[in-house]
Amino acid sequence: MKPLSQRAYHVLFVVPALLLSVAIVLLPALLTFGASFSRWDGVSAPAFVGFDNFEALFADNVFWAAISNNIQWALIFLTIPMAIALVAASLLLSRRKSGAVYQVIFLLPYVLAPVANAVIWQNIILSPVSGLLGFVSKNFIPLSSPLTEPSTALYAVAGVDIWHFWGYLTVVFFAAMRQTPEEQLEAAFLEGANGWQVFWNVTLPNILPTLGLMLVLVTIFSFLTFDYIYLITQGGPARATEMLSTYAYKFAFTSFQVGKAAAVALVMSFFGLIASIVYVRMSRASLEA
Amino acid sequence: MQTSASPVSRTLANVFLIGAVLVALLPLGLVALNAFKPHTAIVANPLSLPESLSLDNFVRAWNGGKFSIGIVNSLLLSGTTTLITLACASLAAFALARRKIPGWQLITIYFLCATTVPIQLFLFPLYFVYAKLGIVGNFAATALILAAINLPISIFLLRAYVLSIPQDVDDAAFMDGANPFQTFLHVILPLMRPGLITVAIIVFLNSWNEFLITSTFQKGRSNITMTLGYLSMNGTYATDQGALMAGAFILVAPIIVFFLLLQRFFISGMTSGAVKG
Repeated sequence: MKPLSQRAYHVLFVVPALLLSVAIVLLPALLTFGASFSRWDGVSAPAFVGFDNFEALFADNVFWAAISNNIQWALIFLTIPMAIALVAASLLLSRRKSGAVYQVIFLLPYVLAPVANAVIWQNIILSPVSGLLGFVSKNFIPLSSPLTEPSTALYAVAGVDIWHFWGYLTVVFFAAMRQTPEEQLEAAFLEGANGWQVFWNVTLPNILPTLGLMLVLVTIFSFLTFDYIYLITQGGPARATEMLSTYAYKFAFTSFQVGKAAAVALVMSFFGLIASIVYVRMSRASLEA
Repeated sequence: MQTSASPVSRTLANVFLIGAVLVALLPLGLVALNAFKPHTAIVANPLSLPESLSLDNFVRAWNGGKFSIGIVNSLLLSGTTTLITLACASLAAFALARRKIPGWQLITIYFLCATTVPIQLFLFPLYFVYAKLGIVGNFAATALILAAINLPISIFLLRAYVLSIPQDVDDAAFMDGANPFQTFLHVILPLMRPGLITVAIIVFLNSWNEFLITSTFQKGRSNITMTLGYLSMNGTYATDQGALMAGAFILVAPIIVFFLLLQRFFISGMTSGAVKG
């Protein structure tokens, strides 16, 4: 038997990973594409219906409400946690010793299970009966639970998700900022620049690639957000927190309209795809570097 | 360095950071505090100190959250996911870093796109195919899905480690008569050990915490993980907040210890993809 060539070995090395990804991700994704043009309950044979699913979606107010909620979510996450993390990271920069301790604390909520975080917030913070909110409400100022109010529910869930997420951004920005050449910082201080001027003229330009990448990733994940919404409000009250992801999930597993679920999934992916194209271009530039 | 900050801005900065620490820790502190209190004491004042360190809440939480079933399933699911991911990702990372195969660029771009692919894009047909095959609830089958999700990011993390190992090392092994698989197993793998540990830790934690796939595929009393068992307590234990907080404690405390012990690996793994340096 002839021994395998070096190249043949290397081909064999990528086969398991490629096979796994194709079987679990790529082929089912193609099936999703097909299903979006079908009426399918997941069990019996699917029937081709052309663009019916998309037409039904575009005529559905909930669909547009979900898109609007996803856009709001993206705007919230592109600003609030970004700003907090940029401030926190630049403050840690001048505290190189305690900075390491701070970043571990900030990261704690990020490494905990969304299930745990959601149940904790729902019960011991936001519950009007047993939570901190109820305690304040009963003893000091009357407050209603922001989760039961359609006008505030989205912000309340976003608040919990930001609590869990901002530490991640801080750690990433802190790592990026530490790459700032020391000479640049010292030169700026010698010239009498204040903290803000140093941030704006030295630190920020140095972390621009990382900042750009995070903006893209946050945009992508804002259109995919699922865990905290589904755990805390299931899209309610009165669809006030419905997202494309929860809307699709209910189509698939509550009413078994898999074709419609697939159509929503394609719309979600389309938003993600736009951001992904930007992401791939940015990553490629760095991979080739 | 940086002594030019005024005392006022220095104070403001400390206020911000300490405020951030309090916000990050407050919910976890409330869990620790209330895990030892009876329901009535929690409703009266969630900020009061416990009067005793009774473990009653923990016993009810352990049974109510079916944690003795969940812990076994969580370990099996996360452990299997981690092993599958490590095996597939390390081999692929080696091949892709060495660029010997035709189309390596295309495969690299495929995995790059896969890092941000929405789970919903493949979830629904996958579920109904799994249902048809009768493997919904099978931890090994679910581990394949979690591994596929964790694969792209793991490949890129490990690829960076392989790139730091010079090609000369492969060539020397080849001269000694090793075939590429022997080179991978005996030369490359030991050299990328820190990367393997980082990936193992991140993938294990990701799958331990994962919600969407796990809750969809691990339904059924005997298949639930720790997080799913705890979630089932959420509605039914509303009037037993003590047990609910004890359950959160059981769920969260081991992860915090795990994280604190291994935080160096977490942070290097999380930042290496996002920070060029």
